[in-house]
This record gives sequence, C-alpha cells and structure tokens, in this order.
Amino acid sequence: MTKRIVNLLLPLCGIALALAVWSIASRMVSDLPSPARTWEESKLYILEPLTKRGETDQGILLLAYYSLMRVAQGFLLGIAIATPVGFLLGVSSTLTRMFDPIMQVLRPISPLAWLPLGLVLFQKSEPAALFAIAVCSMWPTVINTMLGVRAIPQDYWNVARVLRLSKMTTFTKIIVPATLPYMFTGYRLSLGIAWLVIVASEMLTGTPGVGGFLWQEYNSLVYAHILLAIITIGVVGFALDRLMGLAEAKLRAV
Amino acid sequence: MAFIEVRGVQKSFATNGATRHVLRDVSLDVEQGEFVSIVGAMGSGKSTLLSLLAGLTMPDRGTIAIDGEPLRGVHRHAAFVFQNYSLLPWFTALENVRLAVDAAFPDSTREQQVARARDALGKVGLANAVNRRPRQLSGGMRQRVAIARAVATEPRVLFLDDPFGALDALTRETLQQELAGLGSQTNQRVTTVMITNNVEEAILLSDRIVPILPGPPATLGVSIPVDLPRPRTVAQLAHDELATYVRAHVVATLTASPGRLRKLATEPATASRVLPAVAKEMR
Repeated sequence: MTKRIVNLLLPLCGIALALAVWSIASRMVSDLPSPARTWEESKLYILEPLTKRGETDQGILLLAYYSLMRVAQGFLLGIAIATPVGFLLGVSSTLTRMFDPIMQVLRPISPLAWLPLGLVLFQKSEPAALFAIAVCSMWPTVINTMLGVRAIPQDYWNVARVLRLSKMTTFTKIIVPATLPYMFTGYRLSLGIAWLVIVASEMLTGTPGVGGFLWQEYNSLVYAHILLAIITIGVVGFALDRLMGLAEAKLRAV
Repeated sequence: MAFIEVRGVQKSFATNGATRHVLRDVSLDVEQGEFVSIVGAMGSGKSTLLSLLAGLTMPDRGTIAIDGEPLRGVHRHAAFVFQNYSLLPWFTALENVRLAVDAAFPDSTREQQVARARDALGKVGLANAVNRRPRQLSGGMRQRVAIARAVATEPRVLFLDDPFGALDALTRETLQQELAGLGSQTNQRVTTVMITNNVEEAILLSDRIVPILPGPPATLGVSIPVDLPRPRTVAQLAHDELATYVRAHVVATLTASPGRLRKLATEPATASRVLPAVAKEMR
C-alpha cells in the first residue's frame, strides 16, 4: 500500500519540480510565460477542447485530432510499404545486399528535407505531408521486420520443411506469427517518428493541426499557446507509444 | 532391397576455413517395418546422420534411397519427432497437429482433418488438452503433441531425433512405453529410425541397435539385433538375460578402444540367442 502511494507521489514530485524550474525560468526570460499565465491563456482551449471558433482557433483536442488523422494516414501508408519490404529483405540476403546501401543513406534524412520534395512531386501540402511521414516513418518497420524474419529459429524452418508446407502456408502460419512481435516493435517506433514528422510538416505547410497551431501562435506572439502546443504534442505522443506498447505486450504474451 | 538404403555416405562441414569431417563411410539398411536405433555419445554425429536420412541436408558423397528412390529433400511419407519438440508456440496442440494433417491430406474436408488431428491427440492421451498452447503444457505433454503430429500424417517412415532426451527420467519412461504401445497397436508397423544416447531406451523400442563409433569422423559399427518378444517393459528388461548381453555389447562397442573394437567387429553379433564376444567375457 505505501509502495503504491510512493509510486504515485514520486512522478508528481517530478512534475512539481519541473513546474518550479519553468516558473523560475519565466522570471528570468521576460517573453516566457509562467505556468500560471500559460494556464490562464490556454484554459479556453483545454476546457472547450472540441469547439471550433475559426480555421486555426480551435479546441486542443480538435487540433490534435486533425494531426492524428494525418499521422494515421501517413503511418498506415508507411507500414503498408515497409512491412512487405521488410519480409522480402528478411527472406532474401541478395535483396538485402542490393538495397542496404540505399536504405542506410535514406534513413537519416530529416523530414524537413523530404517535405519540399513532396511538394514538388504532389503540388499540394496535404499529400506532401503524407509522403514525408511515410518515407520517414517506414525505416524502423522495414528493419525490425527484416530482423524478425532472420531471427526465426532453425527449428521452425525445420518444421516447415519436414511437414512439407507450401510457401504460402509457411508464410502465413510460421513466418508471419514468428515475426509479429518484431513487426510491432517496428510499428511502435514508426508511429513515434510519424508523430515527430507531423509537427514539422504542419509548421512548414501551415495546415490546421497542433503543429500548424504552434507556428501560427508564434507568429501572432501568443507565446503561452506555444507551450500549450508543446505539452499537447508530448502527451499525445506518450499516449500513442503506450497504446502501441500495450498491443506489443499482448503479442509477446502469446 | 531394403526400405532405407544408405551407401558409403560421407559428410563434413566447413567452419571458419577448417573442414570438420563428421561422418565417413556410413552404410545402413533398414527393412520395411523395422525399428532401428542408432546409439552413440553426444556429439558423435548422430544428429548429422539423421538429418541426412531426413533429407534436411545432403551428403558430400554416397547415396541414400528410401523405398527404391534416391532421396532428394524431405521424403513425402516421412514424419519427424525432434528432441526440442519444435511445436509452434502461437498454435494450440490441435492447430499444431492440424498443420501437419492439412499439409499431408490437402484433399480431405476440414471436418476430416480436424477429426484426424483430434484422433491422433487422443491416442497420446491429450484429448482434454487439445486447445492448450505449448507453453501451457509440460515437457512430456509437448512431446506427446509432437508424436501425435508425426503419427497423424500416417507416415511410412518415422525419424525420431532423441525424442525423450529433454524429459525427466519418469516422464521419459512413460513416454517410451507409450511409443512402444503406439507401434504395437497398428497392424502395419511403421519403419522407424531413432537416434539416442540411451541404451536402455534403444533396447526397449528397437528391433536392431546400430552403434555409432566415435570419430571424428564417425562411422557405424556392426548392428546388434534385439530379439526380445514384445511388448517389453523396463522392469522385465532389467532382469532379462539377452537384454543384459545386448546392453553390455552396445556399451562395450561404444566405449571400446580401437584394438578392442576390431575384435568386436570381426565377431559380428548374430541373431542367435547370445552375442558371442561379450557373452564369453561376462562369464
């Protein structure tokens, strides 16, 4: 019982400490709003999270929802490409050797670099954002799926051989289930990256969403809202990671 | 012509540039319906020999034929039981057996496939555990599932890779008895090759024991017939005279010095009631 209370109190202490640092910093930097002022100026957005007052002047949940929808599309597009690619690379060492250099070069490219290319390719900001999310977020899924296939124990391959399973059956009954936990680790990391990319791409394209809101409020000198947006981005990202973590844990338990 | 014919098989592996010769000059005949155990110490090349027979690896030299056909890959009427069960953890016992049944009988209806898989699990006493996953089963039960998976496909040849090696002594004995019982139930006995390091197990189950002589490279010794009536029990074998001789002969062969080995090899064990070389010494 006491352990539970301590477990609950410790994070609260951490949060209180962080708020204290924030207050002190706001006293030293004149443009940085204090936690109290941030709350005062943001509470309309938090207490009426689903109200739409204007194109960018909307409740915080509504803004987060726009961003999440965009992330969902980009992320699904990304893993729809990344998963089969991962399987192919996992099964064939020839393909791996062929594409490994390209992958290694494409992987570290920042979303900010992909976005202009997306704009050139698609002429519109919405598909360009999806393109940037997909391209940036697919790599962890590609790599984890590939590693997952390679990590399948020889025993399972032997089962497939001695039972004389067809290629299709081997794939659906052995390769996919054996790789699933690795795939989900990939999905979790990919979703994290997709969420990072969305903010950057919204800031650049000015589309409504948490990132777009952040940039617009910076330009209108409402600094408290920058902090609101930052905290929202963090909380949503944390929630996404937890959700994927739960799905992953469920798979590993099998 | 024997059902399984192995002629002059040789196998080596290359590891880090060095070649490791594992098997040399291995020849073996297994008759239709015969149960042959290949007995040897750990690391003697038994597993390599079995994976050659199973068609999982190819010999460097020599030939293997099953039912008159040269072996290319896994034989279509062969089934396997591995030491480490090799069950798929994401499937229940029934689904694991069905995977084999569905692949072996693709033309059966779904109901027939399920019935066959259930029947096989029932035979090994797992009728009440069909929906459990391997993780929820004990080692002995897992190996029963693996045995059910093997016999459910109605194989013509069965390869057992130290099937009881990972089990505790008591479970081991129960399962050995069950496997022996399973063999005597069916009117037509399945040709079986088992590898093991347990002489007792080999005597309990086999018609013939083939010692694998320590190498490297290892080769097969003269085979020793086990002319004991069935069904056999561990308790009965402990006091049986012939069983005692067979045991002594196998152990003598496996632990013999090269000179002693030559002597044993020149006095081949025969199907007569006693094995001369060993019998003489024991008196």
